[in-house]
Amino acid sequence: MTAPHRRPRLAVWKFASCDGCQLSLLDCEDELLAVAGAIDIAYFPEATRGAVSGHYDLSLVEGSITTAHDAERIRQVRGRSARLVTIGACATSGGIQALRNFADIRDFTAAVYARPDYISTLATSTPIAGHVAVDFELRGCPVNKRQLLEVICAFLAGRRPAVAAHSVCMECKLKGNLCVMVAHGTACLGPVTHAGCGALCPAYHRGCYGCYGPQETPNTASLGGSLRALGMDERALHRIYRTFNANAEAFRCESDRHAD
Amino acid sequence: MPTDADQLLAVTLDGLSGLIAALIRRGYRVAGPTVRDGIIGYDEIASLEDLPRGWSDEQRGGHYRLVRRDDEALFGYAVGPHSWKRYLHPPLLQLWRARRNGDATALESDPRPRERFAFIGVRSCELHAIAIQDEVFLRGRHADPHYRARRDGAVLIAVNCAVAGGTCFCASMKTGPRATAGFDIALTELITDEGHLFLAASGTDIGRELLAQTPHRNATPEQAATAEKIVDRTAQRMGRQMRSDDLHDLLLRNLDHPRWSEVADRCLSCGNCTMVCPTCFCTAVEDSSDLTGAEVSRSRRWDSCFSVDFSYLHGGSVRQSVRSRYRQWMTHKLATWHDQFGSSGCVGCGRCITWCPVGIDITEEVRAIRESGHS
Repeated sequence: MTAPHRRPRLAVWKFASCDGCQLSLLDCEDELLAVAGAIDIAYFPEATRGAVSGHYDLSLVEGSITTAHDAERIRQVRGRSARLVTIGACATSGGIQALRNFADIRDFTAAVYARPDYISTLATSTPIAGHVAVDFELRGCPVNKRQLLEVICAFLAGRRPAVAAHSVCMECKLKGNLCVMVAHGTACLGPVTHAGCGALCPAYHRGCYGCYGPQETPNTASLGGSLRALGMDERALHRIYRTFNANAEAFRCESDRHAD
Repeated sequence: MPTDADQLLAVTLDGLSGLIAALIRRGYRVAGPTVRDGIIGYDEIASLEDLPRGWSDEQRGGHYRLVRRDDEALFGYAVGPHSWKRYLHPPLLQLWRARRNGDATALESDPRPRERFAFIGVRSCELHAIAIQDEVFLRGRHADPHYRARRDGAVLIAVNCAVAGGTCFCASMKTGPRATAGFDIALTELITDEGHLFLAASGTDIGRELLAQTPHRNATPEQAATAEKIVDRTAQRMGRQMRSDDLHDLLLRNLDHPRWSEVADRCLSCGNCTMVCPTCFCTAVEDSSDLTGAEVSRSRRWDSCFSVDFSYLHGGSVRQSVRSRYRQWMTHKLATWHDQFGSSGCVGCGRCITWCPVGIDITEEVRAIRESGHS
């Protein structure tokens, strides 16, 4: 995809999100100059002002679709982008704001806004892949900056990103972390959660919160038996999956199996 | 362990302390068991004080807890989640990197470790596991240079097990609890009215040399008999049992047994069993490139037959179902390993049982197939 006569053009797009994943790119402090040198960052509202129209070799998309306007805008972005990569839990599963999918959005707008009639929003928060074709999904809340760099480097080189879809458990074992579930009796979503964070929470003796969404073949029903044995009741099993990836299918289905 | 009492030496705590100091003085990187974060894991140790004095463990399927002993034993526990493959076959290893400089390309291979390893407290099951990985990595025309660089010259100081863990079944696999080969020195810990002693046998020239320089006495026949009794008792107290002489044919006759589907319902495909297994050796090889394409590198990291990508061939993964992945792991470990490497791939250490978050027990899975399968 890299044209020899010019630097590849990168755009970073924001939809419904907290900007945290875009900040992961800015957080690449040491590497950012290299990124800026290797690619033409043509559109990146978090870092620069001034939109550039035209076409992009690689678009990174943060955020979910929560308005009719955004549902149309993502189609325009797709049309301008040779490759489109979604970054973060919002873009890949709908994000924390997908909790609206389980309730009546009118109750939320009435509770939050003085004039809810000014608010024009969809009843659901949905991932980008539900609206347009996506070339690669990078998981995480927020995404891991090393993985983000890896994805950018891989797309520039025309190779497959080395981003594993297995469990967080494998990251724990690679790092030599103890298993908080087996050795401490701490509830942990690591066995059903997608790797990528570097097993951050278990490294600090906390159970995994599932920030990276479901691993490639999650068995949440079986894990539920162990979580119950560690003292989680139905409500806890319902709520533990209702976080950043509440709308990811495996987490949504498992949450639905348990009463609130 | 040689049964001839003349070859057994009695070494005190101070003597063992001196042995560790001697290894460090000779430039070895000494690793051994140590208490960390509620487990007994392997880490670099500087002295006897780093060993888990007075600790033991409680293990069953999906459960591990440290517990206090009522004595000051240094080796009074079973194996923890780590194995020596962490050192000999590191979890993540850069194989080479290349840098483009104008028209030239400079290639740098894996920087081999300069120091040699000395492992303290290697159990018999682990000696067998190391021998199995030696067979995998070093036999044949294409020996693995990365493994060889770490394995060559490594000193193995074994310990005969005085405690059988709740998930141990080395006696069934005929891999323990007595160290019989593959060690430089084998110790048996004795805590009696006479005090805290280690009976030491040497298995190699370097072992003999190290022991000769360690203050010692000849062990008495009574001490030798006590040591034998300790290990015999451990063999009788295994937490698990598994008939192992017919597993190759039993499992391969039962590839369509309904039990594979039942275990797949419980299996998390999280990969923990393969990560903690001391013989599992599979890796994924990953390439990376920088933004400009001026520098590339290739590395390998532990992979697992429980990941989808592990069996990715052209067009997709050939083991889509967890049933097929669990069956692949277990039949390879217990059956086809014999065809490939001339032994079982299981040493009965029990780690896959203890560290499975849902407690899947390989001995139970075999039993279920044995009881209702094609015999």
